[in-house]
Amino acid sequence: MLDRRSFLVRGTLATLTAGAMPRMAFARAATQKRFVFIIQRGAADGIGTVMPVGDPAHAAVRQSFAEDASAGAKLDGMFTLHQGLSKAAQLYRQRQALFIHAVASPYRDRSHFDGQNVLETGGASAYQVRDGWMNRLLDLLPRDGARAIAVSATMPAALRGGNEVASYAPSVLPDASDDLLQRVTMLYQGDAQLYALWSEALSVRGLVGDQSEHAGRESAATGRLAAQLLLPADGARIAMIETGGWDTHSGQRARLAGGLKNLDSMLAALQLGLGAAWQETLVLVATEFGRTVTVNGTGGTDHGTGAAAMLFGGRVRGGRVIADWPGIAAAQLYEGRDLRPTARLDDVITGALSAHFGLDPDRVGTALFPALSGRAPTSGLVA
Amino acid sequence: MSERSIALNRFGLGARPDEPEIANAPGAARDWLSAQLIAYDPQPPPLRQAAGSAAILNDIADYQAQGRAVRTSKFRPDVSGQAEPSSVAVGDDAAVALRRRARSALRLHYVDAVNARVAAALVSRTPFAERMVHFWSNHFAVSADKISVSPLAGSFEFEAIRPHVMGKFSDMLKAAECHPAMLLYLDQVVSIGPGSVFGRRPRVAARRQGLNENLAREILELHTLGARTGYSQADVTEFARSLTGWTVPGIGRRIGSREVTGGSAFLPELHELGTRTILGKAYSQEAEAQAEAVLHDLAHSPATARHLATKLTRHFAGDTPAPAMVARLENAFLRSGGDLPTLYRTIILSPEAWVTEPVKFRSPWEWSLAALRALGSRLPDGGSAVGLQEQLGQRVWRPGQPSGFNDIAATWAGPDALMRRVEAAERLAQRAGATDARALASTLFPDAVGAATLDALDRAESPGQALALLLVAPEMMRR
Repeated sequence: MLDRRSFLVRGTLATLTAGAMPRMAFARAATQKRFVFIIQRGAADGIGTVMPVGDPAHAAVRQSFAEDASAGAKLDGMFTLHQGLSKAAQLYRQRQALFIHAVASPYRDRSHFDGQNVLETGGASAYQVRDGWMNRLLDLLPRDGARAIAVSATMPAALRGGNEVASYAPSVLPDASDDLLQRVTMLYQGDAQLYALWSEALSVRGLVGDQSEHAGRESAATGRLAAQLLLPADGARIAMIETGGWDTHSGQRARLAGGLKNLDSMLAALQLGLGAAWQETLVLVATEFGRTVTVNGTGGTDHGTGAAAMLFGGRVRGGRVIADWPGIAAAQLYEGRDLRPTARLDDVITGALSAHFGLDPDRVGTALFPALSGRAPTSGLVA
Repeated sequence: MSERSIALNRFGLGARPDEPEIANAPGAARDWLSAQLIAYDPQPPPLRQAAGSAAILNDIADYQAQGRAVRTSKFRPDVSGQAEPSSVAVGDDAAVALRRRARSALRLHYVDAVNARVAAALVSRTPFAERMVHFWSNHFAVSADKISVSPLAGSFEFEAIRPHVMGKFSDMLKAAECHPAMLLYLDQVVSIGPGSVFGRRPRVAARRQGLNENLAREILELHTLGARTGYSQADVTEFARSLTGWTVPGIGRRIGSREVTGGSAFLPELHELGTRTILGKAYSQEAEAQAEAVLHDLAHSPATARHLATKLTRHFAGDTPAPAMVARLENAFLRSGGDLPTLYRTIILSPEAWVTEPVKFRSPWEWSLAALRALGSRLPDGGSAVGLQEQLGQRVWRPGQPSGFNDIAATWAGPDALMRRVEAAERLAQRAGATDARALASTLFPDAVGAATLDALDRAESPGQALALLLVAPEMMRR
């Protein structure tokens, strides 16, 4: 639930007009470090994104999906990056992109709604923790030094909590209908049945007509907007961007390619917009869970477990894929269907953020993921 | 949900802002419901102009006659040998045009009746009683897919269901089964007793026309005893024999009579004479008295009591009927001899119908009424009720099956259905003018508006958007 203060902040921002830059009355930020979380809502397919082509089972289990590997960027002896992520591949070559594979939150039950709740709140299970870990991150940063903003019309769960958080919609004003759809999404977030139906309705709607070019422009515009919000000396230091369309139960090859292309455009626009500040920026891309390893009967994949996360930024110790690879042959799968998770997303986030902001990893882990035990923050992700 | 919200939404059809509010006092919600059983008007003002089945049957007969004229003009033998092709074509066009006009007259009957039904539901001060009308109309479903049924569907509800909603089940059963819409829908009009006067005609016997069991089977399976309750194929056949004679003279294949009488009739020459044995009981009555006696027994059968009790419990207490409430309604039905208001009072007194969590996902029909009532709408804008119901995915009186529309969430809670409601809500809200959605929310759901909904209404960028969000809020989707 939103607190009153954050509502007031968002209330004023809502009156801003399209195209004009928001004049946010933020104090000059005491930190120059920026953090952007790009959430992939809908369970993005990690195996289709960072393809384990060196796994002996890959060609057999992925069938036609494996053909995409030939056009992708070879990352190392094991992994190839999907060709849609060309900017990400370029950053990888510049050692500014890092992929973590077979990673998962503590959530294991394959519901988008619950999985996103766990991903965003940092709880051990859905609804256990009420506010979001990004909001709690603000507690750890210098007072008056860090402001957070959601680059969307609504407030994602990860940013909700006791600290003031602003939100600002992409510069292109969505038509009334799209705005209503977005608000309905928000309205249904606490209602498991309606949220599930609604998510499905929206994903179907996204399939109607060729909106890819439009979506690509939208994604770039969102990345540019986020950069504008993060760049000023008194600007936001923490931002969250929501992406959707990852729930590829059918026709995955085309849909995943489109989604990754949009994500890549957003990333490129963000980097370009931030200019020199890119050196001080950390970008995390993560999803609530992965997808099934084998292709289903409709050319798609279903809700799974292990996924891939990505880190980008000037000081990311990139050019690597971090994976304790569990294998994707039938006998190696989690519950006989999913990529077995071998890394904890919370450890990745804790390790990356503590290094990025120069904070004690234990303190970060306790604040962001208070309900989890057995922490082992991943070290060496960010210089 | 508060008791008032349950009374308004689960029992009623949703609140109207211009209606007197239910007092916030213990027992007030139940009193409000009980009072409706007395105040119910079988023929409220919006229905008083509705065409009766007699007039509609005449229009159907006209349409059929135009059809015969078209066929005749097409196959007319060329007697002159030198006929100008154009004159024949003109004759064809005229017949076709007449038929088209007759067809649109039939379509108009359907549209008028749908709008009358919607208007009656929107302005009703006895929405619980109106809900019962819709319940029974769906129980005795006819489906307007058939061209002959479509114009009659409204008259079926207005003539066979509404007068008996506060009466005995046995009277409603008799009225429903003998209404022209039902006889046409379930093929009774083509059923001929093989041993009847008509059936023994050489021409009829040669065509192997005979018994049609459709109506008999659906009465047993859907309208009274329920499926798999112990009746056999022999019972169905015997019942079908006893029903022979009931038809709609002059309509359809016009078996037994070419004359339109403006209603249903029992034609003795179609009736299979003799004693019938159904469910172990011999019926020796003659003519229509025989089927009437069977219907009377079916209406008072314990299996029927259980069947109806189960459906009513499902409608008011959740998709999975609570056994205790089913048993309670069953007893009430049997003790009262199928007195329907006694059943309604038992429902009102059942704790299972007052659980605070919503128990039902609203069907498109229910949602549309609740939305329109919430906006204070009195009449659908010029025929839009038909379009709205079509868009929402539940065409009025067109379940497409004799079992009627399903009464479980799985049927209606779909992604596309939800999207359609959101699209409709936006359009309805745009047309609604200035309304304070927050104030309206507490009128619609007294003491029962969730925090997420209040939050969404608070943050809406315009009053119209807030209204649209209220119309699709979780509170609106369920009852």
